[in-house]
Amino acid sequence: MSEPAISPADSGTELSTRLQQAGLDVNACYQCGRCSSGCPVSPHFDLLPMEVIRLCGYGREEVLLESKTIWLCASCETCTTRCPNGIDIAGVMDVLRQRALEKDEKPHENRVAAFHKSFLRSVRRWGRTYELGMIGAYKMRSGDFFGDLKLGLSMFRHGKLRLRPRGIRGKKAVRSMFHKSGKEEQ
Amino acid sequence: MTRFSYYPGCSLAGSAREYDHSIRETAAALDIELEELPDWNCCGASSAHMTDRRLAIDLSARNLELAEEAGMDVLVPCAACFQRLRKADLVLRQDPGQWSRGEKYDPDFEIIHMTTLLSGSEMLDRMRGLVVRKLSGLKLACYYGCLSLRPPLVTGAVEYEHPDGLDRISRALGAEAVNWSHKTECCGGSLTMARPDIVRGLVGDIVSAARRAGAQALVTDCPMCHSNLESRQAAWKTEDGTDAVMPVFFGTELINLALADRSDEKRWKKHLLDPRPVLARMER
Repeated sequence: MSEPAISPADSGTELSTRLQQAGLDVNACYQCGRCSSGCPVSPHFDLLPMEVIRLCGYGREEVLLESKTIWLCASCETCTTRCPNGIDIAGVMDVLRQRALEKDEKPHENRVAAFHKSFLRSVRRWGRTYELGMIGAYKMRSGDFFGDLKLGLSMFRHGKLRLRPRGIRGKKAVRSMFHKSGKEEQ
Repeated sequence: MTRFSYYPGCSLAGSAREYDHSIRETAAALDIELEELPDWNCCGASSAHMTDRRLAIDLSARNLELAEEAGMDVLVPCAACFQRLRKADLVLRQDPGQWSRGEKYDPDFEIIHMTTLLSGSEMLDRMRGLVVRKLSGLKLACYYGCLSLRPPLVTGAVEYEHPDGLDRISRALGAEAVNWSHKTECCGGSLTMARPDIVRGLVGDIVSAARRAGAQALVTDCPMCHSNLESRQAAWKTEDGTDAVMPVFFGTELINLALADRSDEKRWKKHLLDPRPVLARMER
């Protein structure tokens, strides 16, 4: 794979508008690298956090939305906390993930996307997370049927997993929040 | 008597119910009254804000509405719930247009993390006065994780790189809190189901760092860190047959242990990694 050629001439404006709307100023970055040296997951990234910020500045959205990085970021907020220029880097990752979903970009890390979706479906349905149902939905959605099977059984034996969901009275109110955002509807 | 609205969150109503029980027992012992927020909903945790920022604010806004009706400071034990509630509170104060009720958003409550309350000097004094079994000889690595601290603009944490609330609690109970390197390194909780391979490495680093510092056990206040640190170690124990694992306590479980001298067999059965061998080595 050749390195993406970075040129201000390629700059797309849509992404920068979205970042600005979210109060995120990627142009404040001076590439010191604190975000990237403190990131616990960066050894598994294809783009370092500092590269993500620079590519945002150049509007290279297609490179960013195809990356593993936006899905592997665990949102621990170390980068945001340590950025000397006050850039909410984890917040930039949020915007990029959301853009990828809006554009139906196939997530480079399908299992991570499947997890988020399964988690939110559970919240949408019950108003709270129903862990066993969420795990089942994740298995179906990701195709990861046998991962952590022994662990699941052990958790079950230790009485960690509730068999039945407990919905809240305000389920409707919670469901309407998903309608507003529109994405999780079917 | 200090009264609080209490927001347990989904973990404490599900896989970490023992944490909820231990918090209620702690509160009763320390004369703290907890009133669970009626009909609270999930905060959306990482998954909501990571994929839909609007949804994330809306989910927490409903809980803030409930808290405003209750009219008391809100006590939150779960790091993710705490951070999400604080974030929504901050966003709504800055941009009241997102507040669905139309009126100005200006509630008169504070959202307080449980360890902040329990590690205050008044609570530590109360605790010291109630200890019936000093946890002498127990060497603990206090692990704080991410979201009760970061980002400090949201959490209000002062010592966000070198926190010591759990350390102070441990010492008040007579245990030794070791000085170590990984107090606030992420354990990868939000990736634990999708990428256990990556998370195994993160948890491995944390446990090794704790061992290097001479700790016998980890202590945390985050239900997701607890679940992740336990379950990833339990998984490699069954897969590799290794015994090189370290039990993980909730801070409040240690408070319960020191404030009521009883065997607690039932409590430890909830742990995936049996802490009894470590406890047996304590000086009586």
